[in-house]
Amino acid sequence: MKAPRRRPEPVQVIKQRRDTTLRALVDGVPYIRFLGIQFERRGDELTGILPFDEKLIGNPLLPAIHGGVTAAFLEVTAIITLSWSYLWEDVESGAIDAAGLAETGLPRLPKTIDISTDYLRSGLPRDAYARARINRFGRRYASVHVEAWQDNRDRLFAQATGHFLMPQRRD
Amino acid sequence: MADRTQIARQFIEAIPHSKALGMRLTEMADGVAVIDMPYDEKLVGDPETGVIHGGAVSALMDTCCGAAVMCHPDNAGGTATIDLRIDYMRAATPGERISARAECYHVTRSVAFVRATAVDNDAENPVAAATGAFTMETKP
Repeated sequence: MKAPRRRPEPVQVIKQRRDTTLRALVDGVPYIRFLGIQFERRGDELTGILPFDEKLIGNPLLPAIHGGVTAAFLEVTAIITLSWSYLWEDVESGAIDAAGLAETGLPRLPKTIDISTDYLRSGLPRDAYARARINRFGRRYASVHVEAWQDNRDRLFAQATGHFLMPQRRD
Repeated sequence: MADRTQIARQFIEAIPHSKALGMRLTEMADGVAVIDMPYDEKLVGDPETGVIHGGAVSALMDTCCGAAVMCHPDNAGGTATIDLRIDYMRAATPGERISARAECYHVTRSVAFVRATAVDNDAENPVAAATGAFTMETKP
């Protein structure tokens, strides 16, 4: 006989646990705060948002976003998406104490092995968005592709592929 | 040459993002540039260890490669990154400044191929390496 199905948790309980974990993941990193990168969540799908700011400019004549900022934005989106996917099961099962994350600290983040960025057009002085696709998610290594756009989702201004070393679970 | 170095230095130090990261051009020759970036807590990527985020190293590498292209004697104008690949060999030591050195190892009429290495105080063991292609505007 099958065990009786557990009653789904109230939606606000799930949302709160997911959003608190995501916030702890993003706000814990000074460099992400410095660039002003935010994340929007729909279920488990994340979108990185880079609101435009003067200090992100790399070419004052055009003006255009600094290539290094673009690379950093893509790398941050890849790392947060990877960490999010690594933590997802524990967030869902409640194994992660979302409220206690601030004190206990976060699990280790993945480390970048290498990342290759293509600059397809110049980054305009306006908000940018990015989404990552995890092409391989192994116990040790992961391969991630990231796309970034501004006004039109179909007109990418940059894309990147990176390889990452996954943190080892402490068990 | 002295003029071009001066112009390039002013140009790089006037870039808002490079300024925000405290970058300073320390050396410049034909197709070669060296740029330093001081350690700063706002650039930390791992709060547990205080190690600088890879993205900040990318910004330094990109600026330094661009500067190397700008000061290449065949380049008549500006430059833009076509692609840049970065290998992170080890974590930079917290508290130490990072120095990047970039050189154009080949240029054509429209493309400069650039290599760069970043080190901290332990200059024998690079923190990161980069290779990239940049646009060139050759003199007519």
